Amino acid sequence: MGVEGIGARVTRKEDKRFLTGKGRYTDDMTVPGMKYACFVRSPYAHAKISNIDATAAKAMPGVIDVLDGKQLQADGIGNLICGWMIHSKDGSPMRMGAWHPLAVDTVRYVGDAIAIVVADSSGEARDAAEAVVIDYEQLPVVTEAVAALASGAPQIHPEAPGNLIFDWQIGEPDAVDKAIAAAAHVTEIEILNNRLSPNPMEPRATLGIYDTAEDHYTCYTTSQNPHVARLVMSAFYNVAPENKLRVIAPDVGGGFGSKIYIYPEEIICLWASKKTGVPVKWTSDRTEAFLTDAHGRDHVSKVKMAFDANNRITALKVDTIANLGAYMSLFSSAVPTYLYATLLSGQYAIPAIHANVRTVYTNTVPVDAYRGAGRPEATYLLERTMETAARELGISPAELRKINFIRSFPYQTPVIMNYDAGDYEASLNAAMQAADWAGFAARRSQSEAKGKKRGIGMSCYIEACGIAPSAAVGSLGAGVGLWESAEVRVNAVGTIEVLTGSHSHGQGHETTFAQLVAGRLGVPIESINIVHGDTDKVQMGMGTYGSRSGAVGMSAVVKALDKVEAKAKKIAAHLMEASEEDIVIENGELKVAGTDKSVPWFQVALASYTAHNLPSGMEPGLKETAFYDPSNFTFPAGCYIAEVEIDPDTGETDIVQFVAADDFGNIINPMIVEGQVHGGIAQGIGQALLENVQYDANGQLLTASYMDYAMPRADDLPSFTLSHQNTPCPGNPLGIKGCGEAGAIGSPPALINAITDAIGHNKLTMPATPMKVWQALHSAH
Amino acid sequence: MTKVTLTVNGRTMSGECEDRTLLVHFIREKLGLTGTHVGCDTTQCGACVIHMDGHSVKSCSILAVQASGSTITTIEGLAGQGELHPVQAAFKEHHGLQCGFCTPGMVMTAVDLINREGGHLTEETVRAGLEGNICRCTGYHNIVKAILAADAEIAGSRQAAE
Repeated sequence: MGVEGIGARVTRKEDKRFLTGKGRYTDDMTVPGMKYACFVRSPYAHAKISNIDATAAKAMPGVIDVLDGKQLQADGIGNLICGWMIHSKDGSPMRMGAWHPLAVDTVRYVGDAIAIVVADSSGEARDAAEAVVIDYEQLPVVTEAVAALASGAPQIHPEAPGNLIFDWQIGEPDAVDKAIAAAAHVTEIEILNNRLSPNPMEPRATLGIYDTAEDHYTCYTTSQNPHVARLVMSAFYNVAPENKLRVIAPDVGGGFGSKIYIYPEEIICLWASKKTGVPVKWTSDRTEAFLTDAHGRDHVSKVKMAFDANNRITALKVDTIANLGAYMSLFSSAVPTYLYATLLSGQYAIPAIHANVRTVYTNTVPVDAYRGAGRPEATYLLERTMETAARELGISPAELRKINFIRSFPYQTPVIMNYDAGDYEASLNAAMQAADWAGFAARRSQSEAKGKKRGIGMSCYIEACGIAPSAAVGSLGAGVGLWESAEVRVNAVGTIEVLTGSHSHGQGHETTFAQLVAGRLGVPIESINIVHGDTDKVQMGMGTYGSRSGAVGMSAVVKALDKVEAKAKKIAAHLMEASEEDIVIENGELKVAGTDKSVPWFQVALASYTAHNLPSGMEPGLKETAFYDPSNFTFPAGCYIAEVEIDPDTGETDIVQFVAADDFGNIINPMIVEGQVHGGIAQGIGQALLENVQYDANGQLLTASYMDYAMPRADDLPSFTLSHQNTPCPGNPLGIKGCGEAGAIGSPPALINAITDAIGHNKLTMPATPMKVWQALHSAH
Repeated sequence: MTKVTLTVNGRTMSGECEDRTLLVHFIREKLGLTGTHVGCDTTQCGACVIHMDGHSVKSCSILAVQASGSTITTIEGLAGQGELHPVQAAFKEHHGLQCGFCTPGMVMTAVDLINREGGHLTEETVRAGLEGNICRCTGYHNIVKAILAADAEIAGSRQAAE
């Protein structure tokens, strides 16, 4: 570790442009002749479209054209796809209903796109969109998953009878049933995981540019994975072959999962640009974001956890119904299955696990991965169950967890995962010490003296990141491999460009990736540029989600660096007439170990490009590419503790302290890692106390603005106490586990465990709003 | 279309716009200053905060024609070319930004907060002062830290100057 290398608290290279208003986000882009798009969207949650009349709209001032789904279909643009095949337990494939980018005959949720208006200004486009006359024939609506499975429920897709998409299972049902029958104690609980809207602060936007002369498309878009966007738009939506389609994701203002997916708007703006002959830009407003960005969570689960007489868990049985909304979004099928049920062992040695998951269509926005994606749902379920069990068994929550912790690694769970390293008790102990758990009883007495209710709760989470070995995910149904690519390009004067398929939308890759290179070569961090987010510059990549950029993306950089260093050493050895094995790279120099002979880095770079004096047969240049395919998932884990004080008169919860103790493996930049944890915790607290997507019985979204959907604000949150108990990950060259999602995974159960501790019973669902907490305090139970 | 003339970051600038054009859209689209952002449609998120005649204003809550004649500072004009205002520097030092989208509004609000109540800000008053600015990345932890540090620094240099 140096001042700028791995482990250093380096301030971010990208900050200056963001702090001075020079960031370049998609909506900041303008090109000559650019026009503005507005989408005509369904005001009904379920209806047949009998007629679309755009005559009046087309005659409005500034309007260039109004285009609909039949025209899109006639031009051969394909339907949207779900990229992960899941088979039901009877062997049948998931039942995917057709998702037309522009609805053709039926709309299935409020916000479903029907037509696009292109006009000179965004105001004129909006005016004209209101003038498009659509005749609807309303159909019955269902918004909740359990209701959608009931007999007689409205049928949403002809391909999915009874709205069931798949009925999937993992684990051993017979072993679990036997263990439950033989148990000394069984804890039963029903768990609701509330539906959330991801809400990156930058709304989605896209600019489609068709070049008639070159028959070439450029798509600026707010994407976490521009290469996947190009692949999918090319291979499945028939927008254009890959060599005729450039996708650029410039500065992107947060994603949290919601910008992984390829949405209808990107495809339609590209197509509309060709149809109209002008570049077409669309920028979502916030209400549109609530109506159309993929939502997260929305599970209903029944849980049984069996214990023997020594309070050891003998089995876990889970029955989950997951709401996937009106259409299957890109990775929607993977979230409640392989990203969820495979984590149900948590940090515990559980001999037998069985999970059954049914996924369901409803007349709501499609649901897909949101920060944590399946892992928060697993952790919330497990940690609420553990807390409940501890209370029923009359044992302290820490003790029950300690009895059941996995203590030797590698550990094979009954649900696919093979945990490689960890020390769960270290994080538990660190968190309890930081929170002064031992002093809680005294603090509770003080609160009681003031007429307040005080509670404390913990959550021990595990997640699977660094997603994932390509062959493994392929065997589980993924349509893509999940490797990452990197190219290290040394310029003739020794400065360096690193091209990565990872994408930064707040994570600080321009700094951390540069730290890795600066540390390895001993060159100044200013001499290194990170290039990402453009399919014309970076050959191929899988993007950023699932806390994979460090563990997978940086591992690819390591592989490319290995190759660059090997070649540089050969050149240096040749220049200094030394043996290649004796060359070491230190402080920007290539040295002959044990001598005072050295050649500066830039000189080796220059030599590689002048090619006047290279080892015999060596190709000129110093540029290497690598693809890294992970050998396993990584398993970040930790313990979170929340302490709350509740005002029984108002039901208001005050978070008095929040402690996070995490094991992320090796850390590149502690400042950035802490920032990721802070943000994740805030989103987890949002889920636990504030946020909830709410539909009415007609499928109208009641929470479609910041007036109605409670985003965590500065005065809703405390400062957080963080620590790390890192065990290096043995599975990748840097020992990184990943840190992007932990905060959102570990925090909700800690909060709800604390609040239920304070109110003295378990009847509480997220979000624990003041009204719900007040009702819970004052209800008979 | 109406002509709107403003003094923006020390320069007189004008442009034509529809009467319904919000100041934020005028700044972004007519003046080409895209550092001021739009994060919502209900004046809740604060990504569009600018200074108008010395006070912080959500530029989505005022029409461009209403603002005509006023003096405006946007994030681009907060410090000299190539320099950082102490609040901008503190945000960098304390990692008070991640994706950067809320950052311009957050910084402009923070500067106004320090202008109004500087020298005796506390965590509580900073958090209360940020109530109208939403950040989804940072959990506010480091933003609060940055503003308190900037406040202390600005108060310190004011004292030193006196």
